[in-house]
Amino acid sequence: MRHLKIYLILITSIGLLYACSKTEVIKPQTEEIRFVVPTNFPDAVYKFEGNTLTNTGFSLGKKLFYDVRLSADKTISCGSCHQQFAGFANLDHKVSHGVNNCLGKRNAPVLFNLAWQKEFFWDGGAKNLEIVPINAITDVCEMGTDLNTIVSFLNTTSPYPQLFKDAFGTEIVNSQNLLKALAQFTATMVSANSKYDKVMRNPQQNSFTADEQQGYQLFKEKCASCHSEPLFTNLNYTSNGLDLNSIDEGRKVITGLSSDKGKFRIPTLRNIELSSPYMHDGRFNSLEKVLEHYNSGVQHSENLDPSLIKSSQLGIPLSSIQKQQLISFLKTLTDDEFIKNKIFNEN
Amino acid sequence: MNIKNISILLFTLLTLGFTSCKKDEVINSKEKGSFTIEFENEVNGTPLVLNTQNYINANGDSFNISVFKYYVSNIKLTKTDGTIYSLPESYILVDASKPSSFLNIFKDIPSGDYTKISFIIGVDKERNLAGAQTGALDPALGMFWTWNSGYIFVKLEGTSPQSTATNKALTFHIGGIVDPNNTIRTFSTDFSTGNPLRIRADKSPQIHFTANAGSLFTGKQNISFANLNFTMGGANSVLIADNYAVNLFEFEHIHN
Repeated sequence: MRHLKIYLILITSIGLLYACSKTEVIKPQTEEIRFVVPTNFPDAVYKFEGNTLTNTGFSLGKKLFYDVRLSADKTISCGSCHQQFAGFANLDHKVSHGVNNCLGKRNAPVLFNLAWQKEFFWDGGAKNLEIVPINAITDVCEMGTDLNTIVSFLNTTSPYPQLFKDAFGTEIVNSQNLLKALAQFTATMVSANSKYDKVMRNPQQNSFTADEQQGYQLFKEKCASCHSEPLFTNLNYTSNGLDLNSIDEGRKVITGLSSDKGKFRIPTLRNIELSSPYMHDGRFNSLEKVLEHYNSGVQHSENLDPSLIKSSQLGIPLSSIQKQQLISFLKTLTDDEFIKNKIFNEN
Repeated sequence: MNIKNISILLFTLLTLGFTSCKKDEVINSKEKGSFTIEFENEVNGTPLVLNTQNYINANGDSFNISVFKYYVSNIKLTKTDGTIYSLPESYILVDASKPSSFLNIFKDIPSGDYTKISFIIGVDKERNLAGAQTGALDPALGMFWTWNSGYIFVKLEGTSPQSTATNKALTFHIGGIVDPNNTIRTFSTDFSTGNPLRIRADKSPQIHFTANAGSLFTGKQNISFANLNFTMGGANSVLIADNYAVNLFEFEHIHN
């Protein structure tokens, strides 16, 4: 009898051990973090190749995104200038406000639907999502530090080594896994549940108001050649005539071509209601001012977009009713589910 | 012994000698071996000493060097029969301040006699556009541009009394993959057929190259530091790349 007991305990322990090792190997049945291409979206550019999306990788990326200790004076995280309630742009800041109260030269862009972008920044200088954060990390007016400093901080600061082990199988942190974790977090930020999306995907059950519908028609006639659906940008670079001579050379900094002087990336209009101020230098603090620029403020800059000069008339003439209708439509691009999604929240 | 006998003896000896040599030469192509590439950094014939040594460029300008780093990648070896072996994942960063980077060992190379080597001075286009890399391509190594993303292929910094830049600085950061400012250059050299790179399971031959930092400033066009002392990509970087493509590297010899 006593022997039987021991056998039973042994068998049970072996069973338990087996179960343990089994659960370590098998992937969780339900991954709460997913990347799904919305049905009204094209194929993504970033495909998580060599960087399999996992819950642990995503949560590590999120922790890094919000950790102010990564910056030179331990005051600035990615999340400082990319705030969820502003579509991960920087509300009320014309340009980014980094370490030591230093002001950058451009407006922090929104962060979502990044997996569909092949180039990043206002001038398209960064050409792969994974390497994007290095610029903000090293810029003296943003986080003001360098990869080596961050990597050694992470290697010596609990619980980071364990979190890296959980995510990538090794507790030795290097810049590659740091950047991969951040990419798992940022690439997963998808905003595709605005009223506009619901109307597009299910017009039987959702509809625009009369104003929104008018605005949508106007938008398709006057704006969609650059801000094309469904991303609301054609991802190109152009000059919208903000200045006769742009102080910031924009895209030319990257290509060296004078035909790119003063051109900037056409931004998405999704969540535009929440992500003021607008333009590369944040000069406009309301959508009314933006539309008034197109109505009456367009300058004949040297590389002005051809669509902004028609039969020698500059800009896009808009009546005040049309402006209001356009704004009504633009507000249908606000995606509350994304803005309030706790998955992306600092918590 | 008459002449005939001597001839026969000589013939026999020679034949034996050759046969025995040939026997040693049987190569099992399924075997793998290793080899090492050594880079010796110099400036126009004298060893490179960082910071303290003064050099004269082809234009007659005096200068010293505080940083000299370069990428060598995509190494290919060509056998006597013309077949080419491309070394997988061959990315080297040589840093004049780190002697450990001068010697680079490559393993698992198919046995054979190789008479030619070629490599990219810099990093191929694909990896310039790829996601986060590690090893020699780790962006933390200071050879990666973040504002216009891509690798710096060759980096030389120093000072020259002729430089008009702040603190008389010389800043040559060469990179870029988009025409017309593409600075990817390929170097290749033949080895002597009498002493090819002999890869065998039981040997580890060494190839010696010199890397001449002075080559950035001559070759196609002599550089005057009063006119050009700063470049980070663009047309002036192409000028420098066209210069060093000529004689940054020189094959010295092989120790088999």
